[in-house]
Amino acid sequence: MTEQLRDTAAAGGDVRLTGISKTYGASTAVHPLDLTVPQGSFFALLGASGCGKTTTLRMIAGLEEPSSGTVLIGGQDVTALPPYRRPVNTVFQSYALFPHLDIFENVAFGLRRRGKKDVRKQVEEMLELVELGAMARRKPHQLSGGQQQRVAVARALINHPQVLLLDEPLGALDLKLRRQMQLELKRIQTEVGITFVHVTHDQEEAMTMADTIAVMNGGRIEQLGAPADLYENPATTFVANFLGQSNLIPAEVTGRSGDELQLSASGVRLALPKARCATEATRVHLGVRPEKITIAHACTEVAEGRNRVAGTVVDSSFIGVSTQYVVRAETGQELAVFEQNMDRDVRIAAGAPVVLHWNPAHSFGMDATQAIDAGTGEEAA
Amino acid sequence: MTTTTEAAPPEVVPLTAPAKRPRRKLTPYWLLLPGIAWLVVFFAVPMIYQGSTSLQTGSLEEGFKVTWHFATYWDALVEYKWHFVRSFSYAATATVLCLAIGYPLAYTIAFKASKRWRNVILILVIAPFFTSFLIRTLAWKTILSDGGPVVGALNTLHLLDISDALGLTSGHRVLATPLAVVCGLTYNFLPFMILPLYTSLERIDPRLHEAAGDLYARPFTTFRKVTFPISLPGVVAGTLLTFIPASGDYINAQLLGSPSEQMVGNGIQKQFLNVLDYPTAAALSFILMALILGMVTVYMKKAGTEDLV
Repeated sequence: MTEQLRDTAAAGGDVRLTGISKTYGASTAVHPLDLTVPQGSFFALLGASGCGKTTTLRMIAGLEEPSSGTVLIGGQDVTALPPYRRPVNTVFQSYALFPHLDIFENVAFGLRRRGKKDVRKQVEEMLELVELGAMARRKPHQLSGGQQQRVAVARALINHPQVLLLDEPLGALDLKLRRQMQLELKRIQTEVGITFVHVTHDQEEAMTMADTIAVMNGGRIEQLGAPADLYENPATTFVANFLGQSNLIPAEVTGRSGDELQLSASGVRLALPKARCATEATRVHLGVRPEKITIAHACTEVAEGRNRVAGTVVDSSFIGVSTQYVVRAETGQELAVFEQNMDRDVRIAAGAPVVLHWNPAHSFGMDATQAIDAGTGEEAA
Repeated sequence: MTTTTEAAPPEVVPLTAPAKRPRRKLTPYWLLLPGIAWLVVFFAVPMIYQGSTSLQTGSLEEGFKVTWHFATYWDALVEYKWHFVRSFSYAATATVLCLAIGYPLAYTIAFKASKRWRNVILILVIAPFFTSFLIRTLAWKTILSDGGPVVGALNTLHLLDISDALGLTSGHRVLATPLAVVCGLTYNFLPFMILPLYTSLERIDPRLHEAAGDLYARPFTTFRKVTFPISLPGVVAGTLLTFIPASGDYINAQLLGSPSEQMVGNGIQKQFLNVLDYPTAAALSFILMALILGMVTVYMKKAGTEDLV
C-alpha cells in the first residue's frame, strides 16, 4: 500500500494557487493570494477562526468556488472542475463518516465510486496502515474519536490523491490523543509521501507536524516559512504573538554601529542586529521570546554586550518543567520570562527587584505601526 | 414508532442521596399511568368488546349472543374481498404518490430552503389541517367535477382518453373513478409523509454530501448511496403513517368514488350503521387490522431499519 501511494506521490502533486480570492457579498473571506505547496511537503495553513484558512482549503478541494484566480494541482488547472473530478481528497472536520456504512464500506466508498471491483485487499491494507484492521465491520458511532479520525484519513488516502487536505482534523480530540495523532499523521505522511495541506488554529500542532507553515490573518497570508524560521524571525506582530509568545517593547532607533542598531526604549538602551529587523522605520517594536531571557536578582552583574532591563516581579508560577514570571519592566511593559527549573530553590518571589538580560542576537524588530497586541487573542476586535 | 429511531437518551445519573431512590424508581410508572389508562379504556376494552361482537350471532330484535361463530370471518372476507383489494391497492398507490411528491419537497425544505422559507413551507404543509377532513374532501369534489377545471384541462390534452383506456377513469369523467379516490387519499395523507421525511432529512449533516462528492460521487450517486439510505427511517415512518390510515379510510371513496370504488372502510361503515349487522362489521375490522399488521411486519423486515442511525 505504502509503495503504491509513493508512486502516486511521485506523479507530482504541486498545489499552485494564483490570485485566488473569495468574497461573500460585501465581505472578503480570502484576499487574492498566491501560494505554492511543493509536492510531498506537509504544509500547514495556520490562523485564528475566520482568517480564511478553511475557505482556502475548500477552494482547493472544489467545495467552494473562488471569486477569482486559479487552482492548479500537479500542473493541471482544476479551477472549473467539481470536487468529484479533482485528484484531491479531504479529511473533514468532525470526519463526516457515513453513519449508515460500516468502517470497511466507508473506506471503500471512493474506490467503489470509481468502479473498482476488487476492493477487499486494498481496504484491508489501508485499515492495517491506520491500525484499525479489527474494526472493519463496526459502524462509525461505535468507534472512539481517535479511531474515527483514523478512518477519515484511511477513507481519503486509499484513493491515492495527489494532495490530501485536512480541515482541523484533530480539533475534536482531547489534548493527549491530539498529541498522539499529530505524530501518527506525520508518520503516515512520511511513509506515503503525499502532499498534505493541513488547516489548523493550533500553532503547536502546526509546528509539530508541518515542514512549511503559512500564517493567515484577515484573509491574507502574513508570513510563510519553516516552523523554526517563523518562530525565530517573525515578520509581523501577529506572527510574533500568534506563534508562541513574544515580549514586544516599543523602542526608537537612535543610531547604528556596524551590524547593530542602537535602540532606546523609554531611556533604556538596547541593541538589535540589523539583519533581524524587518523594517527601516525609526519607531520599532523590539521582540524577544520569554525563554530567551535570563532572570536574576537585581544585584547580579550582567556581562557586557547583553541587553539589560531592570524590573520587579509581579507574578511567578511554577509549572513543573519551568517557572513562568511576569515582570513589570522599567520600560513600562509587563514581560514574560520562562526559566528552566534546573537548580532548586531559585524561585524568585513576587515583589523582588530583578534584572532581565538576553543576547541581542535573540531579539527581533518590526515596524511599530502595527498593533502591538495583534494575534494575542486579547486585541481589540 | 420504533422505526424513527432516536439515539437513546443517556442514562440519567441520580444526583440525589440514595435515601430518595425507591421513590425515584417509581416515577416513570407514574408518568406512564395516564397513557396506560387511556389505552386500556379506549383501546383494550373496545378491542375485547369488538372481538366478542365478531363471534356473536343473532339479530337486532332477538339480541346477539356469543356463539363462537368463526364462519362470520370467512363470509365477510368472501363478501368483501374486492373491497380489500381496492383498499390496499388505492392505499398503496396513494402512498407511492405521496412519497414521489413528498420526498422532493422534504428534501428541498431540509437542504435548499433558507431558514425563513423553511418555516413558511412547513406551515403551508400543515395548513390544510386548519380545515376539516370532510370539507377538504368535498372541495376536491368540486375541483374534479365534470365541468370543473381539471376535467377541462385533461380533456384538452386528451389525457382522459388514455386514462379511460387504462381504466383509471371512465366516460371522460374523473369524479366517481378510482383516479379521484387515489387523488383524494394522496392529498389528504400527504402531510403525514412529508413531516417524517423532513425530520429524517433535516438531521443529515450537509458535510456528508461534501464528503461523498470529495470521494468521487456525482450528485445523483450521493443521493442514491448516502442521502436516501440515511433517510430510510423517515421513508418507513412516512409510508406507514400514510398507508395504514389510507387503507382504513372511507370518506374519500364515499365522496369522490362511486359504489364500484368502495373500500373496506365503506363496508364496515355500512354494516355498522345501515345494515346493523354488528358481527360482520366487527369481523371486517379485525380482518383489516390483521392484514395491515401482516403487511407492515413484512415491510419492516424488508426495510431492515434496525441497523440505521
